[in-house]
Amino acid sequence: MKAIYKKELSSFFRSMTGYALIAFLITFTGVYFMIYNLNQGYPFFSYTLSAVMLVLLVLVPVLTMRSFAEERRSRTDQLLFTSPVKIRQVVAGKYLAMCTVYLIPNLIFCLFPLVIKSQGSAYFLSDYSSIFQFFLMGCAFISIGMFFSSLTESPIIAAVSTFAATLILYIWEYLTDYLPDGAVANLLIVLVICTILAALIFHVTKNRFLCAAFEFITAASAVTVCIVKSSLFEGLLKNVLGSLDLAKGFNNAAFNNVFDVSAVILQLTVIAVFEFLTVQSIEKRRWS
Amino acid sequence: MIEVKNLVKKYGSHTAVDNLNFSIDKGRIYGFLGPNGAGKSTTMNIITGYLAATEGEVTVNGFDILKEPEKFKKSVGYLPEMPPVYTDMTVREYLAFAAELKGIPKGERKVQIEVIMGRIKLTQVADRLIGNLSKGYRQRVGLAQAILGFPETIILDEPMVGLDPQQIIEIRQLIRSLAKNHTVILSSHILAEVRELCDYILIISKGKLVAQDTPEHLERLLCDTGTIKLEVRGAAEQIKEVLLRMKKMKDYRLSKKEEQLFLVTVTPGKGADIREALFLAFAGAQLPLLSLYEEKGTLEDVYLKLTQEGGGALESHLQKRA
Repeated sequence: MKAIYKKELSSFFRSMTGYALIAFLITFTGVYFMIYNLNQGYPFFSYTLSAVMLVLLVLVPVLTMRSFAEERRSRTDQLLFTSPVKIRQVVAGKYLAMCTVYLIPNLIFCLFPLVIKSQGSAYFLSDYSSIFQFFLMGCAFISIGMFFSSLTESPIIAAVSTFAATLILYIWEYLTDYLPDGAVANLLIVLVICTILAALIFHVTKNRFLCAAFEFITAASAVTVCIVKSSLFEGLLKNVLGSLDLAKGFNNAAFNNVFDVSAVILQLTVIAVFEFLTVQSIEKRRWS
Repeated sequence: MIEVKNLVKKYGSHTAVDNLNFSIDKGRIYGFLGPNGAGKSTTMNIITGYLAATEGEVTVNGFDILKEPEKFKKSVGYLPEMPPVYTDMTVREYLAFAAELKGIPKGERKVQIEVIMGRIKLTQVADRLIGNLSKGYRQRVGLAQAILGFPETIILDEPMVGLDPQQIIEIRQLIRSLAKNHTVILSSHILAEVRELCDYILIISKGKLVAQDTPEHLERLLCDTGTIKLEVRGAAEQIKEVLLRMKKMKDYRLSKKEEQLFLVTVTPGKGADIREALFLAFAGAQLPLLSLYEEKGTLEDVYLKLTQEGGGALESHLQKRA
């Protein structure tokens, strides 16, 4: 793992990609910092960061797109996967290298609140916890980007799909607002999801009985619960999907002065899940 | 020792490798021979652990490749069809990375890389970017990577592709010298190359193993249906008379070349060498022989025949001869 980490990290800085990405992020942060904090005199650096989030959506795909797609295209993955290293070590090494590149601008961000302090009062706790949440959110985005890169041979496709996915996550909060509140509507959506899952089970196992049993049990229990206690279904999807909002931790730190531990756990879970999926997608390619 | 049992690899409905069985012993050079698309690369990708087989198993010294992949992979060095090099690294950086990846102890890495670069003649390009090197040099860098750590088995997929004649000779010598301490498996679609280098040949066609033996055996086993061609001056009746008296002869054919000159094609009986007898017989009948030579089938013919006709060709070939 150490070998891959070192190689990945040095290749970012050999090929200019690393410098360019860091410079890009820092430049935009500097521009927003000058406007919001220096000119308009707003004492929270977190406000600047929330504007920079959009830039992050462009940067992450560029950072992650080559990670596995390029290896596959140039066939260098044959070296990695015939070496005495486990696939998850390869994935972890690459992931940590990308996170390290992303860590550098975040460390530089830590200087900005000090600049604000030198001009008057600063809110370190709020600012540093939002930088931390910003970093963690980026790491979660990187794990998603790495997964998309492992699915394809083309870095461009990987970049575009990563951008789409992270953009949806960016507007997640507003999207979930449009979900219905009524119990019946939520029940219907749950039933549709159950049917899709049942179809998926059938596709994977080719077992009619298992598929029918799953559909029947989940549908029956959902309907029963809805009849017995319909309040459980009111706003169900909005709550469940809303809790998957990756930007929540950052927004809470930046605007509500709240350090959201549940958001940290969510980000770490997302990272673990996508690392796992990346390993699985590589493993699957060996078998098909 | 590598053992491959009932190996099958399917890509969707296409069967790339169809029930392969063979075993590889220590300290010899093995050659996979087959036309493009025969399944050589797929087989190599499976026995190095890059791809997983649909069915069957691969073991090395008793380790199953699926159950103990790390131990297995440590004992195998692999040069794939396209050398797996990073174009943005220098040769030395790349080899240092590969050495660390293969788990070579830190103290030995530097010395080993220098030794290998010297052996493969990479020292003068050691600090150049791989992206700026020619195909032949990239191939050598790939080869250096495969040899790193001096694994027990070295697997080379078409190692000579893209090399110039001088380099081919050098790499050939290198492979021979490696074979003293390592098992080498190489693949090629060029027969001459395999015959020149290998102690043992496995001919693959359409995913099936159609023949395996030493080159000499294959040649002897498959090729001695040679016919004898003679040019004889004389009348047709006289020639026929002489031929009819010949023993250990299966068949003959006469074709007129010009007046009083005939081309005779003689098929001898199995395993018999009747050239001397033919000479003496015609000399005794006062019929001058202008030429006499044995026309032997070459390994090339057999290879083409086997690979074009597929799996059943060997059996039918052997049956026909028996």
